[in-house]
Amino acid sequence: MKTPNAVPQAKKKRISYAKWGYIFLLPFTIVFIFFQLVPLVSTIYYSFFKYYRSGLQIIGPIFNGFTNYVDLFKSDMFRYFGNTILLWVIGFIPQILISLLLAAWFTNSRLNLHGLRFFKTVIYLPNLIMASAFAMLFFALFSDIGPVNGSLMNLGITHSQIRFLATVGGVRGLIAFMNFLMWFGNTTILLMAAILGIDPSLYEAAEIDGASSNQMFWSITIPLIKPIMAFVLITSLIGGLQMYDVPQVLTNGTGAPDNTSMTVLMFLNNNMYSKNFGTAGAISTVLFIICAILCLIIYRSMTKTDSMEEKAHKRRHA
Amino acid sequence: MKKGKSALALVAVAAVLASSLVGCKSAPTTSSTAPASSSTPAPAAEGKVLNIWVWNNEFQSRFNDFFPEVKEVAKDLSTTTLKDGTIVKWTINANQGMNYQNKLDAALMSQESTEADKKIDIFLFEADYALKYVNSDFTLDVKKDIGLTDSDLANQYKYTQDITTSKSGALKGVSWQATPGLYVYRRSIAQSVLGTDDPDKVQEQLSTWDKFNSVAATMKDKGYKMLSGYDDSYRVFSNNVSAGWVNGTTVTVDPSIMKWVTQTKDFTDKGYNNKTTLWADGWTKDQQPGSKVFGVFYSTWGINFTLEGNSLAKSVSEGGSEVKGNGIYGDWAVCPGPQNWYWGGTWIAGCKGTDNKTLVKAVMKDLTCDQTIMTNITKKTQDYTNNKAAMDALANSDFKSDFLGGQNHIKLFAAAAPKIDMSKAGPYDQGCNESFQTAFHDYFNGTVTLDKAKANFTTDIKQKYPELTDVKWPA
Amino acid sequence: MSNNTEMPAEAVKSTHRLKMARLGCYIVLAILCFLCLFFFYMLIMNSSRSNFQIQGGFSFIFGHSFLINFRDLINDGSIPVVSGIINSLIVSAMSALLAVYFSSLTAFAIYAYDFRLKKFAFSLILLIMVMPTQVSALGFVQQMRAIGLGDSLIPLFLPAIASPVVIFFMKQYMDSTLPIDIIEAARIDGCNEFRTFNTIVMPIMKPAVAVQAIFSFVGAWNNFFVPALLLDSANKKTLPILVMQLRSADYLKFDMGKIYMFIMIAIIPIVIVYLLLSKYIVGGVTLGSVKG
Repeated sequence: MKTPNAVPQAKKKRISYAKWGYIFLLPFTIVFIFFQLVPLVSTIYYSFFKYYRSGLQIIGPIFNGFTNYVDLFKSDMFRYFGNTILLWVIGFIPQILISLLLAAWFTNSRLNLHGLRFFKTVIYLPNLIMASAFAMLFFALFSDIGPVNGSLMNLGITHSQIRFLATVGGVRGLIAFMNFLMWFGNTTILLMAAILGIDPSLYEAAEIDGASSNQMFWSITIPLIKPIMAFVLITSLIGGLQMYDVPQVLTNGTGAPDNTSMTVLMFLNNNMYSKNFGTAGAISTVLFIICAILCLIIYRSMTKTDSMEEKAHKRRHA
Repeated sequence: MKKGKSALALVAVAAVLASSLVGCKSAPTTSSTAPASSSTPAPAAEGKVLNIWVWNNEFQSRFNDFFPEVKEVAKDLSTTTLKDGTIVKWTINANQGMNYQNKLDAALMSQESTEADKKIDIFLFEADYALKYVNSDFTLDVKKDIGLTDSDLANQYKYTQDITTSKSGALKGVSWQATPGLYVYRRSIAQSVLGTDDPDKVQEQLSTWDKFNSVAATMKDKGYKMLSGYDDSYRVFSNNVSAGWVNGTTVTVDPSIMKWVTQTKDFTDKGYNNKTTLWADGWTKDQQPGSKVFGVFYSTWGINFTLEGNSLAKSVSEGGSEVKGNGIYGDWAVCPGPQNWYWGGTWIAGCKGTDNKTLVKAVMKDLTCDQTIMTNITKKTQDYTNNKAAMDALANSDFKSDFLGGQNHIKLFAAAAPKIDMSKAGPYDQGCNESFQTAFHDYFNGTVTLDKAKANFTTDIKQKYPELTDVKWPA
Repeated sequence: MSNNTEMPAEAVKSTHRLKMARLGCYIVLAILCFLCLFFFYMLIMNSSRSNFQIQGGFSFIFGHSFLINFRDLINDGSIPVVSGIINSLIVSAMSALLAVYFSSLTAFAIYAYDFRLKKFAFSLILLIMVMPTQVSALGFVQQMRAIGLGDSLIPLFLPAIASPVVIFFMKQYMDSTLPIDIIEAARIDGCNEFRTFNTIVMPIMKPAVAVQAIFSFVGAWNNFFVPALLLDSANKKTLPILVMQLRSADYLKFDMGKIYMFIMIAIIPIVIVYLLLSKYIVGGVTLGSVKG
């Protein structure tokens, strides 16, 4: 990501400092190997075995090559994968737009909004509620006899109950809405932190040059928060692909109606529930590979173009 | 001793290595070599700790309140001390997302290598997955291993023993409760639509499914609903199948269960129900004052605890009292309905490897066989207990329920319980029932066709149980 | 930043436009705030109503069972509310602490030093970030039991040292705000690398640290999956497990009012922690040392 620094006199020092890189990486490496790598390797390893539990009996492990993968590609997994992406997209688009907007407003000194402390504090609050509790509340709110239906009928918008939880659009919409509500505050905070990290002298200079808020936003803020934007996009994508508790609790684990809100992780969990380590391992491996490819594409496309700018930006601080 | 210790340490190292190599595999093969060298307790000596595994505190409170040997209960309820000094240690793991079974299974797998005082002595299970444990070696034979006699067990309802009898005919668990189900209906609605609210006369009109369906049509004409939603009658049909869910590796859908599909679709399309699902708020509301729903299928516990609370306009905790006139209290009655069925139940099993066999026997005998204690439980908790003699005595007494308008419902329960047939239960029941209901809710809602619902069930069940190969539907 | 240098002459039109823009902002913000706070309102309403009222549908009116639910919950010996809160606090605080400190350290290693495995290390971190946590959970639990950490809080916070998501964020944050020259300046001043990190880098990272500390804290606070697999003893259980335990109570004791009361109580400590830490987010503490 960063090319070795070309300044000659610094080069000699760099080399002697390299060991610090290893030293600082040590705690991470030890914990990672012990707590994550071992279980991870076994997961991939078992994806090549027939290995499940029937009642209290363990069947396998018997090596069966790529059979789990072949079966997986024949199953509905890609449909669930499509569901997952769709649910993520319809939740993420409003989320990133609103968050960007709020982050811009909150950091815009010209707009000078009052009560910012309050707003900034409140938007993250939904994330503090346990997902399962949140889903319980949504359930009550949008049920056939719930207050949303009640209000809609009182206002004359609809004459019969809208069965939100029995229709495809209703369930998907609610899942996306819940994800939006739970995460837009989080994203706003991240983007705000990024914007606040920008050297204010850049804005001051631009202001003197007579730039408008809009211009400053597009030509200073956006380019400089790109690394954090990449972070938001990638972590949100990963989180989205791993979407589990919200659809799980909202549909009681069924992915109803007609499996249209069944996500990959719910599918994975159904296999863990049946203790099918082989298939679960195969799903995880496929999910892992897909995630890795997607993230690589995003990361590359977002960091490649501006690594030069970044360098220049850093120089400017000297 | 020393040698044993180092051998154990070696095993521990091996276990770490093995688990780091194989991850998920709980290694019963490696551990089986371990305990041979360590000290085996003398058979006569009983352990000082009785470990009981449960998923909630229902049995715990029965135990603490009714087991005669109880001396004192710890303040945080985590242990109970018995008169002979034995400590009962309660391990509670919530059932959410199979958590209880997952942890129990893990503990059972390492039972052999665990030290004596940490071994599970007793664990509990529910009807839906009973056979998984009944047919395993981890549960002790109640008669041969634990030592209860046929005469001890004679008063228990037969179905409560059928379900816990293993393939080889051994009784593996006993229960203190019986949970026959009935149809509970609103007296006022019966009066206005059927012209009578007398349970016997209402039963005459509901004694078969055909009659039940035609009453449903009449209800609809008068502005009422026969049932609240989709799941109400499911258990009545699924308890009356001609064969179990799974034979070999084939899932066979029973005609009785398809009758549920036909009936419920018909009810839904014709507007005989409110399209609710079990335990949803709409379902509960249909049992509250102002409801237009004629009745609900409930078993013993549902009537006393759930329905009674639902029917009050002003709840007890807010100062309301359980009297006629508060909501629809007293406006209910029970009748057997079209078929015999049951709902719920918890069984006690002795765990292989226990060092407290005498105590396990005492617990089982006192809490599931003793007529005086069982009568006491029913009187104090209103639980319907698993003792024919005790329940028949109550049924023939002048016991009356104000909630049910003065009816003696114990009489009906006592008549229904012996007729329950649990011989068709199997280890796949929970998964099959859940998948089946889920798949067909979509069909009732009109989101999928019948064939698609069938296909969804097939996919789902194979995913839950990889060993099952195909699904056979009735012609 | 907020000093209004008054614009002369042509200002009237633009101040008018600014006012309209401001009004628009307030409207959007008000709607969002309503959505965010509404669920807390629902929670409080539900915790004040009895089981049967809750199951019959939601109502906007405060019920009469608030104190009753509270008393029922506190008197329920099988649900150790206080030790649950303490356990959750320990796990969450330790997770947050370990995650932010060691992730900053790891990110700094990759950001500030050139060594041979650098690229590999960073790619690896990105890769494991992609792995769903559920996948390795069963193997993880087995391993913890094997080394005798089965019924313990330690495996719930120690792995936080390797939190790839936090590392990635810290690295990205350093990319955009931490000038490498500052470190070089410190070296010239004779500062040892470890001290440079603690006394110069960490203060600059404050906003990022506060943000990730909150996120890690909240994540650990609401985590159910792994703790439920690990913990057995009543006095070691964390709040989400206890809430679930209450939810799976038997029909005799099943009480939605009590459950909502518990959910509400479980939220209070985390709201307090959040409000304490949030001043770092909302205040704009960031700049100070960067300007240098």
